[in-house]
Amino acid sequence: MGDTRVRERTRGGIGEDVARIDGLPKSKGAFAYASDLWADGMLWGHTLRSPHPHARIRSIEISAAVASPGVHAVLTAEDVPGKKTYGLEFADQPVLAWDRVRYVGEPVAIVAAEHPELARRAAARIVVDYEVLPAVTDMKEALEPDAPKVMEFGNVLRHVRIVHGDPDADADVWVEGYYETGMQDQAPLGPEAGLAVPAEDGGIDVYVATQWLHVDRQQMAPCLGLPMEKVRVYLAGVGGAFGAREDVSMQIHASMLALHTGKPVKMSYGRAESFLGHVHRHPSRIWMRHGATRDGRLVNIRARLLLDGGAYASSSTAVTGNASTFACGPYEVPNALIEGTGVYTNNPPCGAMRGFGAVQACFAYEAQMDKLAAVLGIDPIELRLKNALSTGSVFPTGQVIDGTAPVREVIERCAAIPLPPEEPTGPATRDPITVPGGAQNVGHGEGLKRGVGFAAGYKNTAFSEGFDDSSEAWVRLSAGPAGPLVEIRSAAAEVGQGVYTILTQIARSELGVERVILDPSDTNIGSAGSSSASRQTMMSGGAVQLACGAVREALFERVRAREASSDPAGELRLEAGQVLESELPLGPIERFLDEPIEETRVFHHRPTEPIDERGQGAIHVSFAFAAERAVVEVDEDLGLVRVIQIAAAQDVGSALNPRSVEGQIEGGTAQGLGLALMEELQVVDGRIRNASFTDYLIPTILDMPPVVSVLVEEPEPGVPYGAKGVGELSTIVAGAAVAAALRNATGRELNRIPVKPDDLVGLAEPPTSSGPPAAPDVPGPRSVPEYFGLGAGQMEILANDADDA
Amino acid sequence: MLIRTKVNGEWREADVWAGSSLLYLLREEMQLPGSKNACEQGECGSCSVWLDGELVCSCLVLAAQAQEREVRTVEGLADHDELHPVQEAFLEAGAVQCGFCTPGLIVAVTDLLEHDPSPAEPVVREALSGNLCRCTGYAKILDAVSLAAARMREGKA
Ligand code: FES
Ligand code: FES
Repeated sequence: MGDTRVRERTRGGIGEDVARIDGLPKSKGAFAYASDLWADGMLWGHTLRSPHPHARIRSIEISAAVASPGVHAVLTAEDVPGKKTYGLEFADQPVLAWDRVRYVGEPVAIVAAEHPELARRAAARIVVDYEVLPAVTDMKEALEPDAPKVMEFGNVLRHVRIVHGDPDADADVWVEGYYETGMQDQAPLGPEAGLAVPAEDGGIDVYVATQWLHVDRQQMAPCLGLPMEKVRVYLAGVGGAFGAREDVSMQIHASMLALHTGKPVKMSYGRAESFLGHVHRHPSRIWMRHGATRDGRLVNIRARLLLDGGAYASSSTAVTGNASTFACGPYEVPNALIEGTGVYTNNPPCGAMRGFGAVQACFAYEAQMDKLAAVLGIDPIELRLKNALSTGSVFPTGQVIDGTAPVREVIERCAAIPLPPEEPTGPATRDPITVPGGAQNVGHGEGLKRGVGFAAGYKNTAFSEGFDDSSEAWVRLSAGPAGPLVEIRSAAAEVGQGVYTILTQIARSELGVERVILDPSDTNIGSAGSSSASRQTMMSGGAVQLACGAVREALFERVRAREASSDPAGELRLEAGQVLESELPLGPIERFLDEPIEETRVFHHRPTEPIDERGQGAIHVSFAFAAERAVVEVDEDLGLVRVIQIAAAQDVGSALNPRSVEGQIEGGTAQGLGLALMEELQVVDGRIRNASFTDYLIPTILDMPPVVSVLVEEPEPGVPYGAKGVGELSTIVAGAAVAAALRNATGRELNRIPVKPDDLVGLAEPPTSSGPPAAPDVPGPRSVPEYFGLGAGQMEILANDADDA
Repeated sequence: MLIRTKVNGEWREADVWAGSSLLYLLREEMQLPGSKNACEQGECGSCSVWLDGELVCSCLVLAAQAQEREVRTVEGLADHDELHPVQEAFLEAGAVQCGFCTPGLIVAVTDLLEHDPSPAEPVVREALSGNLCRCTGYAKILDAVSLAAARMREGKA
């Protein structure tokens, strides 16, 4: 010992393309998703939902259902043991409706039976006497004084007003636009599902597919009338999330049925019910005016945004905040007036979906940038570069970018990706599968126009506006039978994004140990916050890094105490299972592990500020930027589209698992492409008309072009390893880039996404507007329910955690 | 009704309601939840299995149609700890994220490569167009198919 040799690195650490730790069972069909769970004597739950967008419930008659074969329980609002409402930000949503239903699909009664079909049949025998009320299903009409009221206090959920510089500042050139985006669905392949098992202590154990175990529990326990510690939530396998699992779906219902019957109850939504059972992406209407100097510098931006939050608040407050604060895009502008309103309507509730308000804004501001470039006669990429934000720039909220902001780099590197070669057009010049319409064999390559579109955008990482979404982790280092072993415990939800793998990579790098195991995620440890807002790598990764650091310090104390020869000035390090001092091996780690070492740590991001009356404040934690370029081919006779290539450059800070980052870019791009071309819930008079995969189309492998991606790495100061969140950006820019490419190909306005075949061939007129609605009268910049003292949802978790501490 | 069917090489029996699908029979009565239910409409391919060697959406097949016939599911692909080359390729290529589509895709890719050991990319896309994946954007799935095809050709050579 003591000789210098080329030593091994710890394999599987950060920066490597480590394979997923849950990949093996997933590929064998052995991974237990929430919908796969099963227990002895288990019953099946089913939900009866409202057929009306707005109605009074006169009575509910359950006797026929109760008498149905195999039925063990039929429960209504009266049977909710505790608080009757729940909600992510505000507890405004009934567990089961009483008195009124406010959207089509709202749960009214629940049934438990021995077979899913028996439960369905029993639910069909519940008789609800409704008095149908006038509904408001248009977000602009919801702001009119005589509109039906969704909530007692009216239809305004939040109104944000951001005043920056001199909003009356004049400019040489102005462009104006009106934009609309449709209601997109997350459509995770795994349905909402879970199993609730009554426990001997009168509490409940719930196994569920969710994004945030603790916020589920914090909403469930009061409704079940149970203390927090009697509601234990365990993460079951999650089949994708994308925001759809931020809100509670079947958690409280299955628990009520299980507590009532004393038997385990499983609920698993079918696809149609899934479309009703989770929130969607907010449809939006956006009015923008951009003023610039003749040489292409932005001078002033006016933006008015309207978001349809549907019948309940969910996370609409935060989505409205995001859409409004991001309305000017990744560009410097000295003057701006931005007003964003989130409204209640009798449409299905909207909430979190990948991109969270930034998607709608990006579609509008990037279309504006293209318009401005055309009017000024400047190349669109040059115009973007000219106005690009950089470190030190000031957002319209007054927040100064103190982290990295490689906006120019992402734009330049994306633009530098080679364009795909031109392809011949005309009948029979190529394989029909490569023309728009593809295998449907409807077009033969006549009337094809190619178009190229570009978009840049940005988003924050982690929660904003003063929210401390901290994450806790526990790490244990012990001597296992095959060498040192690290065990990690975290409540972070693995939803497919790969956070489990990242946490193990971090532990390997921090402790120099290759064998790392991860305990199942549950509420027996402190909150890890949500698997959303691109935050888990930073937050739970940060917590694991801190806990590993504490374990390492404790280990080094032992080493120094025991190794008489140890030089107190020598630097200790762990690598590939060895303790090194000044780069010389002192011995294997397990030599110092006669007792295991355990540490728990909580990671907090830096504090943020609430937004003030003028929309000012350092409200976000950290920012990441991206650019994408789309090349499309449009069949101008048939309105069919083929996307030929997507080029992407993304600011990732540093890539902890490059292949998994690419996977996020590719998957996120597919969802943005879907929004631009095909994905929209058709909501007519409050009713979703296409709640199936037959009618709600998501991109297939035939729709997806190659995605060529470049990772721009400029480590972000102050965050673990300098890694920025990577989950959402590609969704934000992809939709805008594809829409821009379609405009470029057709010369049409295309101011609404998804773009439909009729829009491309000129059969449908572009939507127009009689102008933005007047700003509503609100008590302040926070959400309106807060001013009415409505019980907070997520906000309570902070208060509770503070009490525990 | 009583159904007798040979699943992954073993004769099994279960008593199901006459309206049950083959997917329900496998998942809920035979403890084989590897085949997934993501639409029950034949749109997503998550429930793909072989019925007498033919690739089917098990959500569209009645349990009764499997009477006295042979079913092969994703659970039958790996030989204990020895993964099928397609499974291996999915792991190595990073083609698995949430994994909900994975069993169906692995079955569909295996079926494709059993029929066509060197499919061109348009053929792969066409063959997999009935398998929805919401997470990956399909790029790594295409990589996995090439990798698996190469490995399987080598294995046979
Ligand atoms: S569940 Fe069978 S195709 Fe979707
Ligand atoms: S990996 Fe999630 S659906 Fe394909």
